[in-house]
Formats: sequence, structure tokens, C-alpha cells
Amino acid sequence: MLLILLGVLILHLIILTLLIVSTAASAWSVGGEISKDLWYSCMTTNGGYHCQTATTEDWIQAVQALMILSLLFCFFSLIAFVFQLFNLVKGGRFFFTAIFQILASVFVMCGAIIYTVMSPDNGSGTQFGYAYVLAWVAFPLCLISGLIYIILRKKE
Amino acid sequence: FAAKTKLTSIIRYYSMPEQSQAIMIYTGWERHALVGGDVRLSCSFFSWRWTSEEVTFSWTYRPDGARDSISIFHYTGGVAYVDNKGPFRDRLEFVGNPGRRDGSILIKNLDYNDNVGRPSSVRLLVFEKVPIQAGVITGAIIGVVLGLLVLIVVIYYLMRFLVARRVFSLSVSKHGKKKKEGSQQRQGPVPAADPSKVKAAASEKKKQESRKDKK
Repeated sequence: MLLILLGVLILHLIILTLLIVSTAASAWSVGGEISKDLWYSCMTTNGGYHCQTATTEDWIQAVQALMILSLLFCFFSLIAFVFQLFNLVKGGRFFFTAIFQILASVFVMCGAIIYTVMSPDNGSGTQFGYAYVLAWVAFPLCLISGLIYIILRKKE
Repeated sequence: FAAKTKLTSIIRYYSMPEQSQAIMIYTGWERHALVGGDVRLSCSFFSWRWTSEEVTFSWTYRPDGARDSISIFHYTGGVAYVDNKGPFRDRLEFVGNPGRRDGSILIKNLDYNDNVGRPSSVRLLVFEKVPIQAGVITGAIIGVVLGLLVLIVVIYYLMRFLVARRVFSLSVSKHGKKKKEGSQQRQGPVPAADPSKVKAAASEKKKQESRKDKK
């Protein structure tokens, strides 16, 4: 039982780390010297960075909001997990933890889908960066973690 | 006399990273006109996104062989600024409609001097200002979702409190009918409340009543 709890907790922390990196790093689109979204558009020129804030279009702001919300909900679910670990009735389920985790996964999915659909194709040079990939990796992990919390029961 | 005025245009498409987003522009490649006549330089721009009046564009004129280009017309913030110092002063008129994606200008009373013999280039730069500030929509979405979360938590605890009160009032008023009370408590009046906790409270009540019964 203790091993399962530890494994679930480590998975949760990994998901939280993925979400933090994906949200904070401005590398959703890269191409040559340009690395942009969600917060900055940076260009590497002659050994220096030239950054400016990303475009203030509505869909980028929506992706920003969804990523921040998923991060917050994953954090809330971690707190709920620790709280319910000590306060739950024997045989009870980690209800709130699962709800918050599944909501977090839904938010990541929506953010990643919106970015995929709305990001402009600026020629063959631009590709999706590592922050975008991390978001797509975090979504199924978060969903699986939420389902595990639904199935998990507190034993004696 | 007929004279040829050649004005060629170059279409430039600006790519990221930039605050502005360029729009595809279409202008005529070559215009022929008579001396003393008028010529309309038409320019229409196209964008998938809805364009507002807040478009900024300018017509520049650079005779071949000259280094600098002169801005002969500038449109920004809904106001058209016609140049009154350059070679086209007092002869330039704005006949376009930015709301309908038309940025055409009219040059009247053409002179032979307008003909430079070789093509000069007209470069058209079009920028689109996005009127939404950074962070407004982000903050709105986050605020709404967190507000909904707080609302749901408040409603949940309110329902739990109400359910507890109803359980108390049921056992006090209907003192004799214990079987009916038991069945009512088992169903649970509010589905939103945590079912395990309601069942725990109901089973505790039943145990207390059975103890009173035995006494």
C-alpha cells in the first residue's frame, strides 16, 4: 500500500513539473533562431537574445489561461491528496483529488488543442517546440493519474 | 501628348516575431495616364481576420536612383495624412475606404515630371493593430473558472449544512414514526451532498434510535 501511494505521489509530482516547465518556457513554436509562445517571442542574433512579448491575440491568451488553470488545479489536487490521505474515512475514495486532476487534464488538452489549431504556419522553418510536446505528454499522464485516484481506496 | 507613368509595387509580407501581423496586399503593377489627367492608385488588402478602422498603412514614393523614399500618404488611427511637401503636394487625394479594405489614392493633374522614365517603386506597408490588451482575456478566464470553483465549494458546504439541519428537524418533529424516518434518511434529500457522509450520519441516527428503542 505504501509503495502504491509513493508511486502515485511521484507520478503527481512529475506531472506538476511537466506542467510548470510547459507553462513557463516560451518554446511552443521554434524555428531557426526564433522561439516563441506563450509569453515571449525571442530571436537569437549574433550571440544575444532579442525578446518581445508575444502577440496579444485572443487565442494565445486563452492558451495562457488554460495552462495556468491546469497548473493550479494540479497543485490543488496535490494538496487535496495530502489532506485526504490523513482525513479520509477507511475505505473512502480520493474524490476531490481525482476531480481536480481530471479537470487539470481537460484544461491541458483544451490549451494544447487550441494552440495546435490556431498557431500560424509561418513557412517551413517553424516547428512545434519542446514546451508544446511537454503539454501533450502531460495531458494523458494527468488523465491516468486522475483515474488512478478514482480507483484508489484508503485501506486500513 | 501621352506620357507614361510607371509605378511598380512591391508586396512585402512580414513574418514573426513582430507585434503586428501583415496582411496580403494587392496593388496594380503599372499605371498609364495622360498628362494633365488623374490616376487612381488602387490598393486593396485582404485578411482572414476582421479588419477595423485601426489599420495603419502608408504609400511611399522613391524615384529610381534616389536613396530615400518619401512618404506621400499616411493613414493611421482613422485619420488620413496627406503629404503637402513632396512632389505630389496638393494633388493627392485619398479615395479609399479602410473599413472596406480599400486604401486607394488619387493623383490629380499629372505632370510630365512625374514620369521618371524608369520605374519607381511604391512600397505598401500594412499593419493591423489588435485592440485587445495583453492579459485581459487571460485574467478573465482564470477569474471566471476560479470563481466558479469557489462557488461550487460554497454551495457544497451549504448543502451539507442544510442536509444536517433537515435531518435534525425530521427526528424532532416526527417522534413516533421511526420506520418512515429511516427510509427518508436513507434516500437522502440532496443528491449533491457526499453520499458516504450522508449515509454515515443516517446510520448513526438509526443506531441511536435503536438504542433508545431497546431502552
